[in-house]
Amino acid sequence: MKTFKMGGVHPEENKISTNAVIEQMPLPTQVAILMNQHLGAPATPIVAKGDKVKVGQLIAEAQAFMCANIHSSVSGTVNKIDVCKDMTGLPKTAIYIDVEGDEWLESIDRTPDVKRECNLEPKEIVAKLKEMGIVGLGGATFPAHIKYSIPEGKKAEYLIINAAECEPYLTSDHRVMIEHAEEVCVGVSILRKALGVPNAYIGIESNKPEPIRVMTEMARQFEGIIVEPLKVKYPQGAEKQLINAITGRKVPSGKLPIDVGCVVSNVGTSFAVYEAVQKNKPLIENILTVTGKKLPSQHNYQVRIGITYNDIIKQAIGELPATTGKVISGGTMMGKAVSNLSAPTTKGAASVLVMDEAEARRAPETNCIRCGKCANACPMGLEPYLFSALVKNNRVEEAQAHNILDCIECGCCFFSCPANKPLTDEIRLGKFKVRAMMAAKK
Amino acid sequence: MILTAVLVLGIIGAIFAIVLYFVAQKFKVVEDPLIDEIAEVLPGANCGGCGKAGCRAMAEAFVKQGNMDGLKCPAGGESVAQKVAALLGCTPEVSEPQVAVVRCNGSCANATAKNKYDGLHDCAFANSVYAGESGCVFGCLGLGNCANACQFGALSIDTETGLPKVDEEKCTACGACVKACPRGIIELRNKGLKNRRVYVACRNKEKGAAARKSCTAACIGCGKCEKTCPFGAIKVENNLAYIDYTLCKMCRKCVAECPTGAIHAVNFPPLPPKKDVAAAPAPAAAAPATPAQQNA
Amino acid sequence: MNLLNISGSPHVHSDESTKKIMWRVNLALVPMLLCGIAYFGLNALLISLVSVVCCCLFQWLIEKFILKVPSTVCDGSAVVTGLLLAFNVPATAEMIWLVAIGALVAIGVGKMTFGGLGKNPFNPALVGRVFMLISFPVQMTTWPTVGKWFPMSLDTTTGATPLGIIKEGLTHDGATVQSVIEANNLPSLTEILLGHMGGSLGEVSAIAILIGAVYLLCRKVITWHIPVAFIGTAFVFSGILWLCNPGQYIDPVTTILTGGIMLGACFMATDMVTSPMSKVGQLIFGFGCGLLTIIIRNWGAYPEGVSFAILLMNSVTPLINRWCTPKRFAK
Repeated sequence: MKTFKMGGVHPEENKISTNAVIEQMPLPTQVAILMNQHLGAPATPIVAKGDKVKVGQLIAEAQAFMCANIHSSVSGTVNKIDVCKDMTGLPKTAIYIDVEGDEWLESIDRTPDVKRECNLEPKEIVAKLKEMGIVGLGGATFPAHIKYSIPEGKKAEYLIINAAECEPYLTSDHRVMIEHAEEVCVGVSILRKALGVPNAYIGIESNKPEPIRVMTEMARQFEGIIVEPLKVKYPQGAEKQLINAITGRKVPSGKLPIDVGCVVSNVGTSFAVYEAVQKNKPLIENILTVTGKKLPSQHNYQVRIGITYNDIIKQAIGELPATTGKVISGGTMMGKAVSNLSAPTTKGAASVLVMDEAEARRAPETNCIRCGKCANACPMGLEPYLFSALVKNNRVEEAQAHNILDCIECGCCFFSCPANKPLTDEIRLGKFKVRAMMAAKK
Repeated sequence: MILTAVLVLGIIGAIFAIVLYFVAQKFKVVEDPLIDEIAEVLPGANCGGCGKAGCRAMAEAFVKQGNMDGLKCPAGGESVAQKVAALLGCTPEVSEPQVAVVRCNGSCANATAKNKYDGLHDCAFANSVYAGESGCVFGCLGLGNCANACQFGALSIDTETGLPKVDEEKCTACGACVKACPRGIIELRNKGLKNRRVYVACRNKEKGAAARKSCTAACIGCGKCEKTCPFGAIKVENNLAYIDYTLCKMCRKCVAECPTGAIHAVNFPPLPPKKDVAAAPAPAAAAPATPAQQNA
Repeated sequence: MNLLNISGSPHVHSDESTKKIMWRVNLALVPMLLCGIAYFGLNALLISLVSVVCCCLFQWLIEKFILKVPSTVCDGSAVVTGLLLAFNVPATAEMIWLVAIGALVAIGVGKMTFGGLGKNPFNPALVGRVFMLISFPVQMTTWPTVGKWFPMSLDTTTGATPLGIIKEGLTHDGATVQSVIEANNLPSLTEILLGHMGGSLGEVSAIAILIGAVYLLCRKVITWHIPVAFIGTAFVFSGILWLCNPGQYIDPVTTILTGGIMLGACFMATDMVTSPMSKVGQLIFGFGCGLLTIIIRNWGAYPEGVSFAILLMNSVTPLINRWCTPKRFAK
């Protein structure tokens, strides 16, 4: 079975919510839709206080290059456009909408029938992705229309669909593949057409036998879709590692996947692409996992964007257990700790992961014993122990010379460190310092 | 036997001495002795407050330039400036002595913790991960980057309040802490007459209600101080008051007026007990007067 | 409800810790301890006990009163140092108190002066051992002869190790390795494997050492690189010498089974702190150790060279680390 060559770890998988069927999350009374929920510049609101909006209506427009359209996820009245604190507590601009009923735009096809044929030209597909505000749902929320506009002089040879879901706990991709296999395959075909590549590879880790079976069967009905089972190893779902696992190619330092002829999209993104292109449905919903070892029940929900974490927790489990130590949006390896539960969810939200106090606390740091486990675990072939020392002593230039910016922040170094040194944190700090130094030099 | 040993060692020693002497002569670096003299009077902490790589680099810069225009050792202050001026034979630039001031009063009591930080002990990193234990995006994170940056031991994190404390005796206003703070909380202000200063101990630019939600001692931008100030030294911008120390005459009228106690007056004798200023009930009375933010 | 914890990712840890690693090493050293007790009896037990207790005590005292930091005795690294130090001395009655001095040097000079575990450039147990070897050369090279099992008496008859006897024997005119072995009735290969020969407390039984090493390999505390490179180099190099002149040089199998090569290669050279981090670096390190050991044994003043070889290679570890950086992704 294929996998990437260098480094990697195998954290406890904890996929305890795999059997929870995707449920529809009931509408809240108010949503707050953040203006930057994608990589790049915030979108510009085009509605005003008091405006009536429908589900799927464009409410904020992408004006910068690196930006994505944002649509209303509910119907109702715009309450205000104001500051809203995101899940890390940082103030951002948001459109608050009071929910009234559930009235969708007429252009959106809400029938359950799967529409396979797509007669759009590649350019039209990309325009559709832009119009519908599609972003990558694998974590980075990179605007899809930019990714699928292949720059002049470059050629895509592989389309790789990331269904590795290598993060512990997360199961949303797992459920999507089982419940929406056909839609996903149509989405992949559309993306394949947009790129004009012969084959699309769907990489699925072998700890998901059911999705592999379902997807393999479904892929037979489609031209040029190959399901590739992968050996379970974290960070398989990282872009560079997945390309390496499936094609054997290596994206050089500072380059993009397209430089080696690859384009990588998440399986959730291909589902969103299907809905956008075939059903005219903008990206207003995403599927997220509500999970945790100490929770009374495990869930996978389809939720409207802009609903708060508190609303989701209330709906799913009533209230957080008394021993809750941490709430994470995303997986345990790369997810973000949520400090503000009244923050709204965004397009990229993948989970509400509740960790127990004992599970969440980090053990105290001790001396580095120079075991080299961090360097062996690093999938990028870097030396985390070295960065730790360099960053502490402010030797920023040396850190840069040792390729600190190549770090993908997967967390393998901290995970494997017997001395519990916060290596990933230190490297991130080092990257800030390097970038600050480079900015100062310019 | 002994004589041979003494002779051999003596001759070897002599040869080395001669070689060393000639090598030293040949590779002698001619350097202005003034550099050494000036480096001697500089503080020698290599704090970098002057913008040079260290004290010796600063001494070289002084000698190269021949006067003190534009070069200032913030750590050394007036006395060092005079000594350097005497050595260089010029007049020193006169400037008011300054001191580092912490513009946050989000102590553990005022800004109660809503989260518990468990990551890398570094303010710049914590700043990238979350808003802060109290939820205030502008407040002190209390992880001590400023204290670590201080070469003079003038800053320390008070374990009770969780905020940095400036030792005015030791602070040389070199500005290292100002650069180290990722939230720009520390400011260099004029030391003031008898070390007395009045300043706003808050940097929160949020609207009043939001600011109060994270910290009871936050500036809510109500503007009372601005109206009270007879000298026009206070400006409220972006829901935040700022006192211009060059205009402030230290009458302390604003201190009594502030509903949240965000304005601090330090090193003053206690105010004469005239009217009941009522420090405690004031915030409660003032709270409804602030622009109501129905942000739930 | 509790306050929510906040930290950067990742939010889980592998559960690996320094403490676990050190106690695993201690567990791996137990077979050797048992073997030592079997061959050298009460002396071996007392030496090990004194060494371990002294190492822990000195570390605790230094941390408490000099460094004024929280004690790290519980992490088990002082116990490892204590055991390894004890394993490297002859099991004679004098050693029971001498080993305390070795423990002081090992912990005080070899480890704590540099800042404790993880910061020492040299293997502390070897620092202590070499200090003792130089300070008390007679006591450190007087080995008890192995007689019956579990000797309970503190007084033992003493003699030299096979390597020492051969080295001494070869200085006589016309002597060959074979003649020395025959003249002194040196142990057979089976006896050597079982450890039924003169030598330091823990180094005698190759089988006990291998059991411990296999355990460490299985628990992934050590990797095969250093032991294989070390023993392999020693084997090949001594084999070449032996083929050139069997009369002057000891055969390779005896070479690697006698003296401290096995113990050194599996437990001392693999010390994480003082060995290189990358796999290639570890191979170079093991190669250097093997080469130096054979050089010292054959042309040096000592019949045994493992300690010096490892310490010398320890000193170049930072350089090896600098040269042997991991291969970058896509480079």
